Formats: sequence, C-alpha cells, structure tokens
Amino acid sequence: MNLTAVALVVAVGLGLCASVAGSLCPRRIRCTVVGIGTAACGGAAMVAGLAAIGGQSASVQLPDLLPLAGVSIAIDPLAGVFVAVTGGVAVATGIYGIGYSRHGSDGRGVQSAFPLFVVAMLLVPVAAGVGTFLLCWELMALTSLLLVVAEHRTRPEVASAGRWYAVMTHLGLVAILSGLLVFAAHSSSDSFPALRAAAQHLSPAVSGLVFVLVLVGFGSKAGIVPLHAWLPRAHPEAPSHVSALMSAAMVNMGIYGIVRVGLDLMGGGPRWWWLLVLGVGALSALYGILQAAISTDVKVLLAYSTTENMGLVLVGVGAAGIFHSGGDQVLAGLALAAALLHVINHAAFKTLLFLAAGSMLHATGTRDLDLLGGLRPVMPATTAAFGLGALVASALPPGAAFVSEWLLLQALIHGLPTAGVATAIAMPLAVAAVALTAGLSVATFVKAFGVGFLARPRSRPAENAVESPPSMVGGMAVAAAGCVALALMPTALLPGLGRVGAALLGAGSPVTEDAITVHLVGAAGTLSPLILIIAVVIALVLSVGVVRAVAARPARRDTRLWDCGAGPLSSRMEYTATSFAEPLQRVFDDVLRAEQDVDVTHFAESKYLVQAVEYHRRVPDRVERRLYDPVLKVAAAWGRIGPRLAPGSMHRYLGYGFYALLALLMFLVVSR
Amino acid sequence: MNAPAAASAILQPVLVVALSPLLVGMMRQIRARLEGRIGPGVRQPWRDLRKLMRKQPANPRGSSEVYRVAPLLLLATTLVVSVAIPFVCTVSLLDPIGDLFAVIALLTLGTVALALAGLDTGTAFGGMGASRETTVIALVEPTLLVAIFALSVRVGSTNLGAIVTSTLQDPARVLSPVSLLAAVALAVGIIAETGRLPVDNPSTHLELTMIHEAMVLEYAGPDLAIVELASAMRLTVFLGLMANLFLPWGIATSGDPVLLLLAVVALGAKVAVLAAALAVAEVFLAKLRLFRVPELLAGSFVLGLLAVAASYFLA
Repeated sequence: MNLTAVALVVAVGLGLCASVAGSLCPRRIRCTVVGIGTAACGGAAMVAGLAAIGGQSASVQLPDLLPLAGVSIAIDPLAGVFVAVTGGVAVATGIYGIGYSRHGSDGRGVQSAFPLFVVAMLLVPVAAGVGTFLLCWELMALTSLLLVVAEHRTRPEVASAGRWYAVMTHLGLVAILSGLLVFAAHSSSDSFPALRAAAQHLSPAVSGLVFVLVLVGFGSKAGIVPLHAWLPRAHPEAPSHVSALMSAAMVNMGIYGIVRVGLDLMGGGPRWWWLLVLGVGALSALYGILQAAISTDVKVLLAYSTTENMGLVLVGVGAAGIFHSGGDQVLAGLALAAALLHVINHAAFKTLLFLAAGSMLHATGTRDLDLLGGLRPVMPATTAAFGLGALVASALPPGAAFVSEWLLLQALIHGLPTAGVATAIAMPLAVAAVALTAGLSVATFVKAFGVGFLARPRSRPAENAVESPPSMVGGMAVAAAGCVALALMPTALLPGLGRVGAALLGAGSPVTEDAITVHLVGAAGTLSPLILIIAVVIALVLSVGVVRAVAARPARRDTRLWDCGAGPLSSRMEYTATSFAEPLQRVFDDVLRAEQDVDVTHFAESKYLVQAVEYHRRVPDRVERRLYDPVLKVAAAWGRIGPRLAPGSMHRYLGYGFYALLALLMFLVVSR
Repeated sequence: MNAPAAASAILQPVLVVALSPLLVGMMRQIRARLEGRIGPGVRQPWRDLRKLMRKQPANPRGSSEVYRVAPLLLLATTLVVSVAIPFVCTVSLLDPIGDLFAVIALLTLGTVALALAGLDTGTAFGGMGASRETTVIALVEPTLLVAIFALSVRVGSTNLGAIVTSTLQDPARVLSPVSLLAAVALAVGIIAETGRLPVDNPSTHLELTMIHEAMVLEYAGPDLAIVELASAMRLTVFLGLMANLFLPWGIATSGDPVLLLLAVVALGAKVAVLAAALAVAEVFLAKLRLFRVPELLAGSFVLGLLAVAASYFLA
C-alpha cells in the first residue's frame, strides 16, 4: 500500500463516515460534523490525487464485493488530476456548507447525501472496470439529484429543475451504458485493461459508434451544447455549495470520460472524432458565454459560464486528439496539458464564484443582479471573493485561467496543417472562437461584479445585507487561496500534467521544468505569470510614488456626483445588469433572438398622454426552443393519444392481444 | 540582466510617458489647422496635465477603492506594456511577458479597471460608458488577438520580439496578403481600442456619442490627469506596436548607443506619421452610430480571421 492508496482509502472512509454522521447526528451539530468530515475527506483525496499525479499509481481488485464483475479500482495520473480537483472543491464547499446549510438544507437526507456525492465523484475516475464505473456514475447522479431538489419544499421551481436534471442525466447514462456495453461486448472482460487490448481489433464502424455514444453521454454531463439544458436549471436551484460541487467537480467527470474512453481506452481513433469534439467544444464555448453575457440571474450566469469553460476544455481535448492522430505527440501533450490545467483553474474559480454568489443570496435572498448592487461596504469579504473569481474567470492576467488559455492558444497556433485541409480550416476557427470567448467573458464578468457589488443598492434587501458567518467566509478563503496559488505558480503543476499526457499519448513533457517561466518544448513560446505579476506591482508602486511626488497634496474632498444639475441621483437611475448587457444583446441579436414586449398605457382622457410604460425582455435559450420544445411537444401529444387506446373496454384489449399474436405469427412465417 | 535589455527597459517607458501628450497635442493641432482654427499648440496636453496635478483630489460620494485604484492600474499596466513591447530595441527586459496575448490582456485589464470605476460611481453616465466600453472591448480584443496571431503563425511564435526580428530578416513578408489583411484588422482594432473616430469621439462630451468620456466623467484633479496621461500612452503604445510589427526598420538589435538613438528617432518618426495620418483621416470622418460600430468591428474581425486562415494555407 503506497501513499496514494492509503490516502484514497482514508478519503473514502471519511466520506462514508460523514455520510453516516449526517443521518445520525442531531440537527444542532449535524452541519458542523458533516462539513468537517467532507472537508477532511476532500483533503485526503487531494493528497491521493497529487501523489498519483506524482507517479504513485495504485490498484485494488475486490472480486467478491459485487456479483458478476466485482469491483476494480485503479488510480493513474489522469484519474489523479480529477481526484485532486474534486478533493480541493470538497474542502472549500465542506467548510462553507457548515454555515450555509443551517438555512434550509440541514435535513438528514441532504446532509448524508452531500458527503456521499463527494465519495461518488472520487470513485468515478478511479473505477477500472465498466461495471464499477457505471455503478459509481449512477451513485453520483442519484446523490446529486437528491441535493438539487434539497429545497423543493420552499420553492416550487426546484421540482421542475430536478425533473430536467433527472431526465437529462439518465438519458446521458443510457448513452454511456449502451456505448460501453457495445465496447465491452467485443472484449474478453469488462475491465479497462481488457478493453484497451480489445480496442485495436474493433472495426471502424463499431468504434465510431462507441465513441459517438459515449461522447453524447459524457457531453451531456459536461454541459456541452446542445445537451446543456439541465445546467442553467439545476445549478441555480441547488444550494450554492452543491452548485459549486456540481459545477466545479461533477461536470469535469464528463471531460474525464471523454479523455478516458477516447484517448486512453480506444487509443486515439480517427481524426473526425476529434474534429467533432473540437467543434462542439468551440460551439459550447461561444454559446455559453453569449448566454452568460446577457443573463441577469447571477447563478444562471455562472452556470452558462461553466458551459463555456467546458467548451474551452473540449477544444483542448479535441486539439490533442487531432494532433495525436496526426502523429504530433508533443503538441498533443501540450493541448492536453492546457485542457487539464483549465479544468483545474475552472474548478478553483468556479468554486469561489458559486460560494460568493451563495453568500450574496444568503444575505439578500435574491439572485437577480438587477436588484443587487452596493454590497461592497456591507459585505467586504464576499465582494473581494467574487472580485477575485471574476478576475480569474475573465481570463485576464494575473489570473490563472489566463495561463491555461494561453497554453491552449499556443497549442492551436502551432498546430500547422500537418495533416489535411480539415485541420487547416478547423484550427483558425478554433482560435477565433477562443479569442471571441475571451472578449465576451470580460464583458460578462465586468457586468457580474460591477453591477452586483459596486455602485449603490437597488433594493431594500441589498441595502440591509450583512456579511456571512465565519465558516462561509472560511470556505471562500480556501477557494480564494487556491486561485491565488494557481495564479502564482501554474508552473508547479505543468510537469505533472505533462506526465498525464506521457501516460496517455506517449508524449514527452510539453513544458520544461522551470519554477518561474513556462517554456514550451518543441515550439517557441514563453510566459512567466510570476514576472508579470511582479512587473505590474512594481509599475503600480512606481506610479503611486511619482503621482505622490508630483501632485498637490490637499486631502481628498467628498463631492457630489455629476447629476446634470437635476438634483440628487436615485438608485433607479443606475445602470442595471439588463441595461449593461443591452448593447451586446443587440449586437448578437441574430443569435440570441431576445423577445421584447412594450406595453404602453394611455390616459383615458387623451391617447397622447402616457400613464405607464411596461417593458419586458426575455432571452430564451434558443437551442432549447428549437431542439427540446418540439420533442417535448411530441411526447405530450403521445401522452394525450395514449388514453384513447385504453378506453376501458375489455373487448378492445382482447382484440389488441389477438392482432398482436396474429402479427407475430405472420412475422415468424415470413422470416423463416 | 544585459545592457541592451536594461537600456530599453528605461528608455521605452520614459519615451512613451514624455512623448504621448505631445503626440496627442500634435494630433489636435493638425485637426485644428485643417478645420481652419489656430489651435492651442502641441504642448497644450502637458500644460493641462500640470494644471490638473495641482488640483485637490475629489471623491464622489458613494465611490469606493475601485474608483481610486483604477487610474493607477491603468497607468501601471500601460507602463508594463511599454517595457515589454519591442519599441526601440528587440531585446526586452520583460521578454517572458513580451507575448502578444499577455500584452493585449494587460491592456484589457486596464480598460476593465476603468469600466469598473465607471460602474462604481453609480451614475447613469458611468454605467453607460462602462457598458459601451465593455461591448467594444468584447469585440476588439478578439480582433486584435486574431490579427496578431495571423502574423505569428509563420514565425512560429507569439513573442513580439521574435515577430519583429523575423520581419527584419525577411522584409518581403510585409507585402504578403496575410500582413495586409492583418494590418487593416489591427488598424480598426486600434482605432476602437484607443477611442478615436469613427468609433468614439475623443473631443466631445455629448452623452449620445461618448464612450470613454462617459466612463471617466467623475474623475477630477490628479486622478483625471493620470487617466488622460494613460489614455495618451495607450495610443502611443498601440501606434508603436502597429509601426514595429509592419515597419520594424530602424529598431536596434543591440545595446549600441548610436543604434539606440537612431531607433528612438525612427520610432518617433513612424509613430508621428501614423498619428498624423490618423488625425487627418479624422477630419473627414463622422462618428458612427453606436450600433453601427459593432458592424465595423465584426468586419475587422472577419478580416483578421481571413488573415489567420491565409497564413495557414500560405505557410
């Protein structure tokens, strides 16, 4: 038993203990015990994951635990990345949950499902057989569903979100199940090594079918367009620390699945698979960030931003696959490292943002940015947390996501047309999509932070907000520390991620081992996040010094705001999130198709005098309108037709039986 | 630390700070003369800055630290960029961040700080300016990235020093379709980013048209001086970047003082010519309606994209 195995066993044990404690402890101490237990479980999982990335692999076979296939578990560097990410998110959300759960989600069911959800997410990447994998996957789906509907008693819209989530996640499971079963049917056993060996003998049609099926299933978990419909519903309605776990840890499992099955088990595959992955990734990134840019509900905004970031990760994974199939292992390793680094960065900042949004919701009771504002003086810690998260999320320096997007662009830019016209067309389009995403994410997060936290409060709840309890601030502090560490030293992680690429693709490390500067191997390019931060700080100090020396130095004077001489400005005159995003919405109107409605009420005496003007704007999810609505309509129509077939007449039912038997006999006669 | 890098690290920011207000003064003077006015003279922006620096700093009620830190951050990021970009010497002290993505992102960071400051005051003007500026930024940032990427594909590096050096070695490259497409896209992007006509009119305070001015309306005294100086510096930095990406001749490749002096003169001349051309063009241009601006930017984005595609196929 090496360190990895011990830490993993400890993590799973702690998680199960916390789950039991959640159902047994009295209400008074339940949240505290569960929170601390989950955080400890996450800490142990982080140790296990980091040790696995460091090269200490481990595997366990428990053939008697389950009938037929048994349970097989193995942790390699790739699994280690996802275990460590899940562990890190669990630490922050566990601590945060202590304070947050006291308000409505401290029931036995929810409290025992929370650690179980973490355990399930730790087990998904380490499962080493189809049976084990599907079991853990389903456990993850069920526990997360329980958590999504945690607040169904207080809010009716939670039930609808839960239904969407349940249906989508199980349709995804069906796709993964059928894909993996087809795969396993061609192999000697259901263990991953056996599948790996069998993959070489699969016919292109079968392997293509398997890949498309698992791509659909895992893609729906990762929230890629057009299978993202559950994301903007389930994330906002779940309690905020659960949203953080789902958005920062669970969606990653979709990425894990695609990488594991596509790159590892099936060993790469033809280029069209990865062009497909790249394409849906770019589409998701653009569509997600556009929807985020115009949404005014802060948690919906964050959910769409998850779609965007998973899209960017898939662009990296797709590029890695394309380079791999083209035989360029160095670039493939670079693209995969960029994708995995972005997974890690996304987990850090999305945890922070969801926790801060939860703190905002906890203090004001609303998620609507239009009604918030002015939280900075009353909630300084939450404001700082959200500000940091927004800086990282907008992929600007000195944030960590900037480095991973830089690596991704480097991989795309060096991917010269080594193989074919399709790649040569795909790469520039991917660069353009990533660039456009970067620009729009800046606008999105300036809006979220500026409108939500700065300026003056736009409603009574925002005015009366108070800072959250210490445990919630502590959870945010853990996530913030993660963001800062990643921003300062992404170089510490890159060799480990290079090792993942080496294990999967046979590639060398994509970057040289240098503590300060990222030097790409096999391609020209250097970037030093640390030097960048130091340079900005030095320039800032210099400017402050020079300005102090040059400027006159009377004390700052409080002044009135410029109000055009019309009297004091009220908070109703401020820009809201809706008005802030209006130009962008107009620019992208062809894609978004906003629905506007203006109702003008005139005075009865004269139609030239206006009594009131009412303005409604809704931006429906267009993919949903076009793709899901028809399907739902057909299903509903089918449901209405159903009762007509069963009117309660016994004669008719006997008739059905008779004709069915007749048809069967005719079929047998014809087919013989 | 080697000598040429240190020399350029000191020379470049000093040059940018000293010359930017003069550049703006020159552009205003050219406009004034072409419009039949006498004009205030080239040194007027410096006189304005001196006057503003002596005033009492003001603090609009309800604004926070974001409002006070934003001008300094704008200035600081522009200073870092002015050190990192190869202006007078291809060897840079900050070579590890002399990367086009880092440079564009740093400049965007400054703009974002200012947009947040505009929102922070809580006035309708501030919000309007911030909203318009971020809309423009959201479309300009990709344009700039894609355009310079087009130039970097054939060099095989996004390092600006490497791009400039390779153009020096192979001057014929400037006349390729890739360069020309990228140049047009970059020019439109720079005009939008620095708030010049036809995207934004830097000389009016009319609420229907202003973008940048609406955002910084509340600033006064030394804060306003910093914002004005930093805006002028950004214009210089962008014009210098444009000049050296396409016409790098004269730039020093070593720390020889004579070469450095020559490089300073060459840079000054190139930037002055570009600025003069921009000023002359502005006399004949009217400001676009706000919602026509995205069409212009989308057009330049497509040009940038064509440049990238062309660079892949012609590589």
